[in-house]
Amino acid sequence: MPLFTRLCAGWLVAIVFGAIFADLIPGLQDPNYQGFLFGTSTTNEPPSLAHLLGTDNNSRDILSRIVYGARVSLVVSMTAVIMGTVFGGFLGALTGFVRGKTDAMIMASLDVILAFPGLVLLLTVVTLLGRRDLLVIATVVGFLSIPPYTRVARATALAVSRREFVMAARAIGTRKRTILFREILPNCLPTLMAFALVSAAVIILLEGALAFLGLSVQPPTASWGNMVNAARADLRINVWPAVWPSLALVFTVYSLNNVGDHIRRSKAVRSAAL
Amino acid sequence: MGPFIAKRLVRLVGTLLAVSFLTFLLVNLLPGDAINALIPIDAQQDREFVEQVREEWGLNDPMLVRYGRWLGDAVQGDFGDSIVTSRTVSSEIFHRLPVTAELMLVTVGLSVMLAIPLGVMAAYREGTRLDQVISGIAQVFLSIPGFVAGLLFIYVFAMKLGWLPATGWNRLSNGLLDNLRTVILPALSLALIEIAVYTRVVRSDVINTLQEDFVLSARAKGLSDRYILFRHCLRPSSLTLITVVGLNIGTLLGGTVVVEFLFAMPGLGKRLLDAIFQRDFMMVQGITVFIATIYVLVNTAVDMIYMLVDPRIRKAD
Repeated sequence: MPLFTRLCAGWLVAIVFGAIFADLIPGLQDPNYQGFLFGTSTTNEPPSLAHLLGTDNNSRDILSRIVYGARVSLVVSMTAVIMGTVFGGFLGALTGFVRGKTDAMIMASLDVILAFPGLVLLLTVVTLLGRRDLLVIATVVGFLSIPPYTRVARATALAVSRREFVMAARAIGTRKRTILFREILPNCLPTLMAFALVSAAVIILLEGALAFLGLSVQPPTASWGNMVNAARADLRINVWPAVWPSLALVFTVYSLNNVGDHIRRSKAVRSAAL
Repeated sequence: MGPFIAKRLVRLVGTLLAVSFLTFLLVNLLPGDAINALIPIDAQQDREFVEQVREEWGLNDPMLVRYGRWLGDAVQGDFGDSIVTSRTVSSEIFHRLPVTAELMLVTVGLSVMLAIPLGVMAAYREGTRLDQVISGIAQVFLSIPGFVAGLLFIYVFAMKLGWLPATGWNRLSNGLLDNLRTVILPALSLALIEIAVYTRVVRSDVINTLQEDFVLSARAKGLSDRYILFRHCLRPSSLTLITVVGLNIGTLLGGTVVVEFLFAMPGLGKRLLDAIFQRDFMMVQGITVFIATIYVLVNTAVDMIYMLVDPRIRKAD
């Protein structure tokens, strides 16, 4: 892996590590501790030894909020990726392999969901549900990301179904169910994995936009998007509370795209050799 | 050709019906919410009054009947009245549409104008430092969402330099220059990601086209590189670009909601957000169906253009 891609992968590992083990990191402050109430810090402090990235406009430590905010992005994107790959991948492989009426029906219903611009549908559904906790947001995003995975899996399954080994399996009388699990699904996985990484980047951007609009997890829970939104109020006084979460967002998305591209390129060579 | 277009149109109508029904279902699944929007909580003590309002707004009828009634009105252009303001939904959409439309047009225009030369140059000099720089910048732009870019531009151009206004909107009717001053920052914020996507698409397409035989024969004829690039390569490569632009309209529509929110622009996206926060379900319904319809129409148009222009695909269908 080239050095730069290694750096990006390292950033991703650091983010995941930080998100999971946030409570165990020594020296990490409470993200909701408002220092100005107790006289220990003031609002909008510049970076210092006490607060490595400064404080936001409620005198909460920015660094710890970024680490805890990574949890939101991580949970939402992981849920979307897992739900997409498991449900979407399975559904797509099934419909691509079986084809016929089932295929037409499933794809027609998916086309309706895909006919909506992403954020607009997300907005409507999230508002409808009213509750704004992490689990609800993650599940909704997960459901709405199933159709793209289904499409990708279906395209791959269509191609794989025409291969000789599938025909051979059917010729010797293997049950369709067995062929699906043994031949089709494993061959869909590489494409799905590559798609998953890029899709994770899109999901993180989407959740960021949702949080920015105030429709994701509510403050005081930290999310990169709602940190940027909160920083808008005091932008003239202090720009840092807006800069750090934006940088975190940009670095994470960039790293996901970079690593995803690299994996896609190295896998592509291997499948051509098949 | 004839039966193909007819089939496509039938699918289009079917999709539009399904889309509008799904939106209607989503927005109306919580009847309690509708009542809360119509009558304040304290006034809901009077059961008879609540029942009367429910009858008046037809909230007691089965979902299909309500949908049928709404659809019948909608195809005539009547999306109902807003619950919060007493104006009609269609008049609000009509007023706000030019703003959003202009934002999207300027964004796409800017992105395409920048992406084509960048992509062509990167493809022409594939593998060199120039290509790496362009592709690298494209990848960075790909990771900068609309609100981050917008905030950055506001900080630099509005607060620090004071060249451009941070919020507000001057209608075209008031003067072109004033209008441009308010549209350039929002459009640029959205355009960053689009430039990245389009540059990549143009680059890979031109790289493929440059390997075709007709390019070799053009070179053999002695035509200059620039002539070949812009006269012979651009047309076949632009097909994918058109498709990607059409497909990306969906992401762009979502992006306009965020940018309109950030720059306080009186567009459709901002109106939708306001309606969502105010629980104005008629407005949410109307705007969402409108946006979804536009998206479906654009996608169908792109499909049709693609099929019409490339004869190979026409034969295969």
